[in-house]
Amino acid sequence: MGSITLKQVTKSFGDVNVIKPLDLQIRDGEFIVFVGPSGCGKSTLLRMIAGLEDTTSGTIEIGGQDATHMPPAKRGLAMVFQSYALYPHMSVRNNIAFPLKRAKVEPEVIEEKITTAAKMLNLTDYLDRKPGQLSGGQRQRVAIGRAIVRQPSAFLFDEPLSNLDASLRVNMRLEISELHKSLNTTMIYVTHDQVEAMTMADRIAVFNGGVIEQVGTPLELYQKPVNRFVAGFIGSPKMNFIDVQPSAGDATHCIGVRPEHLQVTQDNGLWTGKVGVIEHLGSETFLHVHVENTGTLTVKTDGECPLKYGDVINLTAPQNKILRFDKAGNTITTDTADKPAISSAS
Amino acid sequence: MATTHSRTLAKLMLLPSVSLLLIWMIVPLCMTLYFSFLDYNLLMPGDNAFIGLMNYEFFLTDPAFIESFFNTLLLVLGVLFITIGGGIGLAILLDQAIWGRNYVRIMVLAPFFVMPTVSALVWKNMFMNPVNGLFAHFAEFIGVTPVDFFAEMPLLSIIIIVSWQWLPFAALILLTAIQSLDREQLEAAELDGAGPFSKFIYIVVPHLSRAVTAVILIETIFLLSIFAEILVTTSGGPGYASTNITYLIYTQSLLQFDVGGGSAGGIVAVIIANIVAIFLMRLIGKNLEG
Repeated sequence: MGSITLKQVTKSFGDVNVIKPLDLQIRDGEFIVFVGPSGCGKSTLLRMIAGLEDTTSGTIEIGGQDATHMPPAKRGLAMVFQSYALYPHMSVRNNIAFPLKRAKVEPEVIEEKITTAAKMLNLTDYLDRKPGQLSGGQRQRVAIGRAIVRQPSAFLFDEPLSNLDASLRVNMRLEISELHKSLNTTMIYVTHDQVEAMTMADRIAVFNGGVIEQVGTPLELYQKPVNRFVAGFIGSPKMNFIDVQPSAGDATHCIGVRPEHLQVTQDNGLWTGKVGVIEHLGSETFLHVHVENTGTLTVKTDGECPLKYGDVINLTAPQNKILRFDKAGNTITTDTADKPAISSAS
Repeated sequence: MATTHSRTLAKLMLLPSVSLLLIWMIVPLCMTLYFSFLDYNLLMPGDNAFIGLMNYEFFLTDPAFIESFFNTLLLVLGVLFITIGGGIGLAILLDQAIWGRNYVRIMVLAPFFVMPTVSALVWKNMFMNPVNGLFAHFAEFIGVTPVDFFAEMPLLSIIIIVSWQWLPFAALILLTAIQSLDREQLEAAELDGAGPFSKFIYIVVPHLSRAVTAVILIETIFLLSIFAEILVTTSGGPGYASTNITYLIYTQSLLQFDVGGGSAGGIVAVIIANIVAIFLMRLIGKNLEG
């Protein structure tokens, strides 16, 4: 039902290729997140799936049916917009009923569906209010309610949480995840926030410049990024990249170490540096360590960290946690044993 | 924050301009009111005796008053109907991405800058003239008897001329309103299965209601006092067929030199305008709240 297949899909605005030929298979019932920096084409692709943008070439199949040139309403998809796109002059009840009325559903059935959706989303007390009288989180829920009642084969979310404040965002994240578990419907979720992607997704597609860099489960992307872009995009704080001199038999141009894999050691480590700014978060501490000839490395340590500004420390990392990238930025994936160990000399 | 002191000062500073404006308004109003109770005719200089409500009785029982009252109403409603209907249509057209859109928008606004007398003359002599007018030529071309617009349908002709002047104004205000419509709402409606017609009825029209209210308010104020177009084209005739209240007051006081009767008519017009204003304010208040 809710499987979506993209085959060699492209999109150009004049001479600009926003989406380069792209293949993607979204399984039925899957929660897939499109993540990437702004302008990478993720929202455009979502709008193409929704039918709001024409597809320049390639095919989009929804539930095994070619939907490339189908009008949006016929695709059986529901979308939640960044601005929620609620109809401001209609009450919450009429907002939710709008798609059902357009589909000529009987009034009793509409009433029943609204009641169920309102109960599910805690909107029962607000049904007769206008969107302008609701808070951001409530508006978001109305938008989701309007999507749910149509019983779509897939939900499309276009950065739905970016207008909410931080604490509400965490709550809505949980609510959407729970919604997915209870409805078991395909969901495509676009965001630029890698934390949202990591926490909610079954699978993540990382976009950059109109191409999908990598598709995989959150842990796959974290542990085995295919290139430097994915490695840098996934994980917070960002991975440290250190340029190295390639030597004969080793194409490594750059190595990457995540802040959480760097350890402060007493004896000789791989790098020696001076502690700069220390950020205490309570449960953990971020150290910004200035290493000569290498730059600033971010280190994540325990919440209780005795170090002070200006201390000179040694840093090391387990060899199997160090990623190596070649000149083009692709990850070098031979076994660790085959590769020369990273040493402090580099 | 404004302290009590600075607020008092602000009031004091405003006092001169406010009182000047008040005097500016009150003095003519009081004089008109005063004249309306006098037997004051320029053709019969005399003692200008106080005659109570005679002028009002004379003005209100004049069959021409009833006719011109309904003419005023028809003129206002007719022009509002045409300009808002046509304005929404034009606004939607102008909102489309067409080549040279900015120039088209400026051109569309042009009629609004033409003086009422000039546009009335242009319409009278170049379009609606039964012998030389463009419409007459067109009628002859398709083999129909040309219509003598100002003789056969004087009020409608004036409504058409005034509508032509006010259409750009309505279109422009409604265009800006359409442009402020959130595109995502239209997209959401499209996904919800609304066709072009449903989208227009359920999304565009409610969104435009505020702008339409503003257009109605502003246009009504000006349309109640339409004068130049009537003077230039029909002079209120034939009979009183195209006379509105404003024009009736003009004929009363300046063509018949009856200052008292004209003043009474002026006061009646003020009362009518205020009744309309109250209705409009209620409409606005209701529409601008949500």
